[in-house]
Amino acid sequence: MDKYSTIVVGAGIVGAAVAFGLVRKTSRVLVLDGNDIDYRASRANFGLISQQGKGLGMPAYQQLTRQSVGRWSDFNRQLSALSGIDPHFEQAGGLSFCLDETEFRKRDFVAQQLCKQSGGSPDFEMLDRADLVRLLPDTPLGPDVYGACLGLREGHVNPMRLLLALQQAILRRGGELRSGDAVNTIRPVRHGFVVETARDRFGADSVLIAAGIGTTALAAQVELDIPLTPQRGQILVTERLKRVLPLPASGLRQTREGSITIGFTEEDVGQDLGTTVEAAVVMSRRATRILPMLRHANLVRQWAGLRVLTPDGYPIYAQSQRYRGAFALACHSGITLAAFHAGELASAINAGDLPNTLAPFHPRRFYVQKN
Amino acid sequence: MFRRIDPEINYNQVTVYIDGHGVAAEPGEPLAAVLLRLDCPIARKTPISAKPRAPYCMMGICFECMMVIDGVLSRACVTAVQQGMQVERQCGARDIEAWKHKK
Amino acid sequence: MRHTVDLAIVGSGPAGISAATEARLHGLSVLVIDEQPAPGGQIWRGVERNEGRNHHALGKDYRVGIEFVMALRASGAHYMPDCQIWQIESGFTLYCTRKQDSFSVRAARVILATGAQERPVPFPGWTLPGVMTVGAAQILLKTPGEIPSTPVWVAGSGPLPLLYLTQLRRFGGRIGGYLDTTPVRNIRNALPFLPQALRQGSELLKGLSWIAKLQFQGIPTFRNVRSLEAEGEPFLKRLHFTYGNGKARTIETNVLLVHEGVIPSIHMSMGLGCEHSWNEDQQCFVPVLDRWGHSSTPGLFVAGDGAGIGGAKAAVTRGRLAAIGAALSLDKLRPAEGERFSAPLRRSLDRSLASRPFLDQLFRPREDVFSPPDETLICRCEEITAAEIRALARIGSPGPNQLKSFTRAGMGPCQGRQCGYTVAHILASTQGRSIGDVGYYRIRPPFKPVTLGELTQINQEEMPL
Repeated sequence: MDKYSTIVVGAGIVGAAVAFGLVRKTSRVLVLDGNDIDYRASRANFGLISQQGKGLGMPAYQQLTRQSVGRWSDFNRQLSALSGIDPHFEQAGGLSFCLDETEFRKRDFVAQQLCKQSGGSPDFEMLDRADLVRLLPDTPLGPDVYGACLGLREGHVNPMRLLLALQQAILRRGGELRSGDAVNTIRPVRHGFVVETARDRFGADSVLIAAGIGTTALAAQVELDIPLTPQRGQILVTERLKRVLPLPASGLRQTREGSITIGFTEEDVGQDLGTTVEAAVVMSRRATRILPMLRHANLVRQWAGLRVLTPDGYPIYAQSQRYRGAFALACHSGITLAAFHAGELASAINAGDLPNTLAPFHPRRFYVQKN
Repeated sequence: MFRRIDPEINYNQVTVYIDGHGVAAEPGEPLAAVLLRLDCPIARKTPISAKPRAPYCMMGICFECMMVIDGVLSRACVTAVQQGMQVERQCGARDIEAWKHKK
Repeated sequence: MRHTVDLAIVGSGPAGISAATEARLHGLSVLVIDEQPAPGGQIWRGVERNEGRNHHALGKDYRVGIEFVMALRASGAHYMPDCQIWQIESGFTLYCTRKQDSFSVRAARVILATGAQERPVPFPGWTLPGVMTVGAAQILLKTPGEIPSTPVWVAGSGPLPLLYLTQLRRFGGRIGGYLDTTPVRNIRNALPFLPQALRQGSELLKGLSWIAKLQFQGIPTFRNVRSLEAEGEPFLKRLHFTYGNGKARTIETNVLLVHEGVIPSIHMSMGLGCEHSWNEDQQCFVPVLDRWGHSSTPGLFVAGDGAGIGGAKAAVTRGRLAAIGAALSLDKLRPAEGERFSAPLRRSLDRSLASRPFLDQLFRPREDVFSPPDETLICRCEEITAAEIRALARIGSPGPNQLKSFTRAGMGPCQGRQCGYTVAHILASTQGRSIGDVGYYRIRPPFKPVTLGELTQINQEEMPL
């Protein structure tokens, strides 16, 4: 039986980012990935590197997000160099469009609160319509666009190219990656763990479970209780268009190829990856209010993904009390946090312990209610 | 590239405009068929590398014959010709704003 | 939209028309939704318009179409042409666009009769203007009635290239030559199935007579053609090919027609979540259907070549069987009646399909179709080469969907119709798996592009039928 320093369960954005960080530090890393048609949240990630609206009431999360966003540029440089793949990273700011005064005031309020909470970090700027038009002179904004909140340090990346780059880098650095080899059991043994898939069995000193919605069942095997629920998000993508939107926006961004992706839904439908015309209509309505010229653009494809949601929406980073080498993590902002995952988190896991700064993210914060 | 089987019979009773040039056509025939009778049967240039493409399958499943037809990017092979139809070849990614201002 | 029908049929070829007329016989309200401007599907395309025009030269199999189309017109089924379906939700609600107007209709049962498509034949230069499918040329022959203006070369395998060349001759077209890509060993492999095929008699003899006609009419013919490479800037100018025992040749041409058999159109049946299985003989996926053509999606039937390649006669029969199945499921027919009506149809279907094993073996595509050279564009829409796909096929053994997300292959407007099988084959051979194991792209709506404006303006009013 092959033995590794660390086995990472899951090669989506989260697992792959941590594994990428690990291969640069540790000798033998194996990443085991599920099947082509599993629920793969990474395939429905929107691609935003964002701070807006994140962590109000949970300063640790705001801080974590800020930190990761600040490290993204370096992370991108290292990753591109190692993998030879350009993930189409841009960090020139990100927007949240407001289509009336109420939306504007709400965003403004949240932005100000976040600023206060972080001790005055100037991360956001509210732009009225005139400001917005000055910022985006070649963007044909619709008359309903009242203004926007600009996240000064935000950006975007192509999620699938990012994942490809991570996987390529893992391989180039001597890590191993096996797809279509979903993990069924994780057994703690004397000096580590035995991980079993349908086809094979492997040994490791430590195990990191980053299997998206599948994390709950696997983490339970190492005495970690990770409560997760799926939340469906649907995405529309148009034909390629000449550049009209130079900055990404919440729910609306133009990719490097020119196609425009639109994603505004949050649905509780269980593990259902179906798409609905209703959602397509709702999303088209909002998108064409922001950019009326999209009325003439063709929708080429609609798909859905299941966000990995924790009960409060904030990430879970956990280390098993009993089996110190077992870690589990879950979040739905895998892109924004990728720099952190590949950097500090990978180092910590390599060293064998989660840092105290991650204590607020332990799932014990949910267990209180159970009494 | 193609020609009428019976060129001596004139079926052409309508005019369609391809990149501004009037072309005689038979009402109801597939627009892609009209295109193939022109000296330049190219339908578009690809958005990625600007390579010329012409109709390939004639049954709506290859999308090579996509042209801007009366303002909408559609397949010429499943579009029946009508009097006054405005058709534009697409070179590169679609520029909707430019088309709107031209109207 | 307010209108509801018992049965919506997608497509108006042999299967769609027959399903409609049969369903009407049993009192169902029927709506036929057709992407084309007139009934007939591909095989009988333009048959109403061509009455009195080019009929006779197009052959008897084409002319019989007019009776079917007339029967459809007289049946009381509502026929909606120029109408493109982009989504079907369970229940069923069918979302359509017709001349930039979007609306929906409701139907208790749906029969997909979208027919077949030609198998994609990727080779270097296949995206050049001037390279088309034989099917495309045949469609042009019917609507509006045009032929290549320069001598045409045809490369392929199967009955269709032979039929087209015969028809082209009758219309005064000029033929440069015929490249028969049928592998020599196919004949040996097909022979065991010949007795069963001969039971069907005339169909097969007809096919053989086309071959004979061609050979005796002095058309340059090359056998056992292996590789193709098209070249030219900006249009097709010449073709390099290998044939026989590894001989090579180059010919000049501006029009090349290719054909390597037909495969069921599975785009909609896959997009609607129906189960499919891999058919090794026909080298394609087919929907899993019961004896009525009912798929794994409740209330959804598949008839015609979309259920499995069988030809026009089989499509007619399958259409009728599906209509009876739909009627039974709506309690418009009693089970005993259903059995009585369907028994002769099943015997007829068996006879129609008797020659399939022979034809499947005889015209089994050559390997090169599935493993083209590295520089070949596999995804025409996104311009992805075989080399790129092979390289990424090795990063962790991805399936077709993971590969699609990495390379963008299958993300263009055709949504994998031209590259799905090739990608699956490349993955299978790079990773040492079977195609059935590898699978296919996950197909999603819209089934044809629809503008965001159309989406926001879906017509909610009563649809005049």
